[in-house]
Amino acid sequence: MARSVVSEIKRDHIHRLIADGRRVDGRAWDQYREIMVQTNVVETAEGSARVKIGNTEVIVGLKMTVGEPFPDTPNRGVLSTNAELIPMASPSFESGPPDENSIELARVVDRGIRESQMIDLERLCVEPGKKVWINFLDIYVLDFDGNLFDACNLGAVAAIKSATVPAKANGLGEDFPMPVTCTPVAVTSVQIENSILVDPTLDEEKVAAARLTVTTDDNGDLRAMQKGLSGALTLEQVRTAIDTSRRLGAEIRKLIG
Amino acid sequence: MGGNSDMKLIDENGIRIDGRKVDELRPIRIEAGVLKSADGSAYVEIGKNKVLAAVYGPRECHPRHMQNPAKAIVQCKYNMISFSVSDRKRPGPDRRSVEISKLISEAMEYVVFTENFPRTSIDVYIEVLQANAGTRCAGLTAASVALADAGIPMKDVVPAVAVGKVNDQVVLDLNKEEDNFGQADLPIAIIPRTGEVLLMQMDGHMTQAEFDRGLEMGVRACSEIYRLQKDALRRRYAVVSGEGEEETKGLVHAMTEEA
Repeated sequence: MARSVVSEIKRDHIHRLIADGRRVDGRAWDQYREIMVQTNVVETAEGSARVKIGNTEVIVGLKMTVGEPFPDTPNRGVLSTNAELIPMASPSFESGPPDENSIELARVVDRGIRESQMIDLERLCVEPGKKVWINFLDIYVLDFDGNLFDACNLGAVAAIKSATVPAKANGLGEDFPMPVTCTPVAVTSVQIENSILVDPTLDEEKVAAARLTVTTDDNGDLRAMQKGLSGALTLEQVRTAIDTSRRLGAEIRKLIG
Repeated sequence: MGGNSDMKLIDENGIRIDGRKVDELRPIRIEAGVLKSADGSAYVEIGKNKVLAAVYGPRECHPRHMQNPAKAIVQCKYNMISFSVSDRKRPGPDRRSVEISKLISEAMEYVVFTENFPRTSIDVYIEVLQANAGTRCAGLTAASVALADAGIPMKDVVPAVAVGKVNDQVVLDLNKEEDNFGQADLPIAIIPRTGEVLLMQMDGHMTQAEFDRGLEMGVRACSEIYRLQKDALRRRYAVVSGEGEEETKGLVHAMTEEA
């Protein structure tokens, strides 16, 4: 995200540590930062979560209304994912309509949820072809210190899992919990100096050559991937990133299980 | 203001639907220094309102033509996040938030010693996470704590509160039902040190006597909020100096537990 300038002294410092097998904050290469998840933080949303990964913080809310399905999926609910990189979160974020960074972010999060079929959209059909539940998943970044993909995925998944479908308020019988089938977890690694580091901080992201986000499901199968930044990865590095994602994904899944 | 006085919002004993007396504030929680990237920040809960404020600056002023060679400009942006209200709000500014942003910017520009930072911009971002009437007051209350947390010299920290009229009675700190079905809404912000009024709006219908009573109630409530603002700043710097560490740990713990 926001490839703003990084001072040469910092770049050298990060590179030198990595050559020495170390990281700025003392973590191992396959070690995640501390994660905090708090759900149902906003009463006005049907589901919500506030997530911290180290100093990165996001808040996610799910709003649900009844509306028309898409013509090609008449018996399925609709999911619409949006990410806002608000200027509160970083000196490099500006207000205005979503830019390419926030669109990529929202689409990668959306893909993980959609492709894993986390939400059972067929159970969100009220009347085929006429009435289905429309899900607005809105992600706001509050504090940016790297690895937004994972933070936003985690927040989105936690918000969905905590959601209650507001059937009563819409005259459609009793409220019921969001129909959820699995817990997709995204884990992002970056390549710096030919090493693969998981969960990059902002400084690490700024000096990284390439980035790979891997979203896995409950079985450890792959559901979505996104390679980013302008560098390239070797096949070996891709394998390392996937292994790390499957292993850490299982750990993280327990947190929001 | 719906002005619908048929709706019973205060009972025979003078108790409101949320159990408060007419001159009682909702529970308030204020924390300073809650975000890492921002130069200063604050989190405020007033009843069911949840508001975050972040300050960046003084920094280079964008767009350039807004620069003032003699002083800093203060640019506040008030925004409600899409899921902060019952019907999803489309992200981005609307006419209401543009007006509120302008009022809060003008208010804060008066208390900040802008002449100390010529050509710069002090940017304040207010995000309403959950709304339940009185968000502009909660936003302004948070913004001034965030400015103080950013170390920006100010004449004073500014508290704000709304008073109003419900079932022909003057009440303090309207909740959502009272705001929707009450007869008047009067948000105010004052500078406690001087007693000056920094923000004042009104809509609805009040007699002169009701206004006087409301204002007096509001000013009294502001001094209570002011105390909580200063408390939050003291706690914040107690943490830096190592005194308040226990408390912070407790909070982190609580957050993890609820998960």
